[in-house]
Amino acid sequence: MSDIKMTIIDRDGQRHEVDAPTDMNMNVMEVCKAYDLPVQAVCGGMAMCATCQCYIISDHDLGERNDDEEAMLWEAQNVKENSRLGCQIPITENLEGLVIELAPEE
Amino acid sequence: MITTDILIIGAGPTGLFAVFEAGLLKLKCHIIDALAQPGGQCTELYPKKPIYDIPGFPEVLAGDLVDNLMKQIEPFQPGFTLGERAETIEKQEDGSFIVTTSKGTKHHAKVVAIAGGLGSFEPRKPAIDGIENYEDNGLAYMIKDPEVYRDKKVVIAGGGDSALDWSIFLADVASEVTLVHRREEFRGALDSVEKVEELVQQDKIRLVTPAEILDINGDGKVESVLLQHNDEAKRMEVIECDAFIPLFGLAPKLGPIADWGLEIEKNAIKVDNTLDYQTNIPGIYAIGDVNTYPGKLKLILCGFHEATLMCQSAYQRIFPDKRYVMKYTTVGGIDGFDGSRKEAEKAVVKKIGNKQNV
Ligand SMILES: Cc1cc2nc3c(=O)[nH]c(=O)nc-3n(C[C@H](O)[C@H](O)[C@H](O)COP(=O)(O)OP(=O)(O)OC[C@H]3O[C@@H](n4cnc5c(N)ncnc54)[C@H](O)[C@@H]3O)c2cc1C
Ligand code: FES
Repeated sequence: MSDIKMTIIDRDGQRHEVDAPTDMNMNVMEVCKAYDLPVQAVCGGMAMCATCQCYIISDHDLGERNDDEEAMLWEAQNVKENSRLGCQIPITENLEGLVIELAPEE
Repeated sequence: MITTDILIIGAGPTGLFAVFEAGLLKLKCHIIDALAQPGGQCTELYPKKPIYDIPGFPEVLAGDLVDNLMKQIEPFQPGFTLGERAETIEKQEDGSFIVTTSKGTKHHAKVVAIAGGLGSFEPRKPAIDGIENYEDNGLAYMIKDPEVYRDKKVVIAGGGDSALDWSIFLADVASEVTLVHRREEFRGALDSVEKVEELVQQDKIRLVTPAEILDINGDGKVESVLLQHNDEAKRMEVIECDAFIPLFGLAPKLGPIADWGLEIEKNAIKVDNTLDYQTNIPGIYAIGDVNTYPGKLKLILCGFHEATLMCQSAYQRIFPDKRYVMKYTTVGGIDGFDGSRKEAEKAVVKKIGNKQNV
């Protein structure tokens, strides 16, 4: 299994092209943190804080939001149609070329 | 004014354990926390989740760990100012500090230890214009004293454990409880959901889902809320009430501590050494998740270690002329401020002595 390339747009509009491993059981939130991007991830990835909220810019199919993700996004702010919780998106090979933007902090 | 030796800001595991270590040195502690209950992230975020990396506990629920820490510090009789955020700090001429909370409570201490974790947990507020005007006038984001709601009409909004638990509790206290949630599904313990269903059947709770509170009305205090049903017709309804309690969870913010003149790096307080975790202001320490230094790990174990070293240094600061010799608790025992004493049974020692005499 190989790394995929993804693009993360930070809150200042800066684009970061990063490599994300597909064989380390990582999710999008953990990739952001690994590259020192300002994602707080207060709840450690339990879909309980929404500090890892991001907007999916590319047209990748990420599947349905799971129940926890859906419930958290109901309570969070700045939620848009393309909002997802980074901690609920596992890094897989079909995410090659994914582009995301970090949602504003609450 | 509350006076103490060490004022601890933050009642998470680090702050709680600091009370124990300070107690061994006969130093009194007082703790401030913005939350209504102690435990920090363990209680607020994951009370029912097991932790596996506390030495000596192969597995312990975060909530149980906090209960145990509270029991462990009981003999040292710490004071608590809960539900108030530490807001300002003033250094006195003699090097001591006065810390004032969001509710104006003043604390005087020789040493301040910030154990603020990720910051004070602040409630997520619903987006209602002018909502601040009703705060403490019928609008509350956390419940400190349920008796305040006795025989009152209460509207609770939210879909998590707090909204469910408080609806259940207040069903017996308030004259009317309405629970409003934007979805039909709740995200809470199954038995709480079932209990709410039962109370709805018994007409003790009115459940309105899916719906949202759009506005608050009242003259200086909450008198009613405007609710929108999330059905096709988007029907509006006014619910008369004495109290509105939105429970949408909490998000931590470093908050006012960031303006205390401390060196901050990436939302954490820089400590210039790992000898005692003192900040750039002598007499103010930062321990646990709130600090940063090369190699920092945000783990409970590391917070405990930092609390221990901080207390030794605080002792030297408070008593510059006294020399403290570190004793193992197994050897020295524990003398609580409440007169209690715990020590190893001497009988064991005697037995060995007897044996040698034979
Ligand atoms: C989901 C999750 C799982 C975790 N699992 C583990 C694990 O398995 N093992 C492990 O070691 N660690 C784990 N952690 C990390 C661990 O919880 C933290 O390291 C630990 O809670 C830090 O303790 P603390 O006392 O330093 O801060 P916190 O627990 O964050 O407590 C800080 C307290 O300070 C209060 N506070 C802050 N500022 C103010 C102010 N101005 N006024 C008043 N009060 C204030 C806050 O309200 C809070 O209660 C986990 C964390 C999370 C989120
Ligand atoms: S890290 Fe908290 S919701 Fe994703």
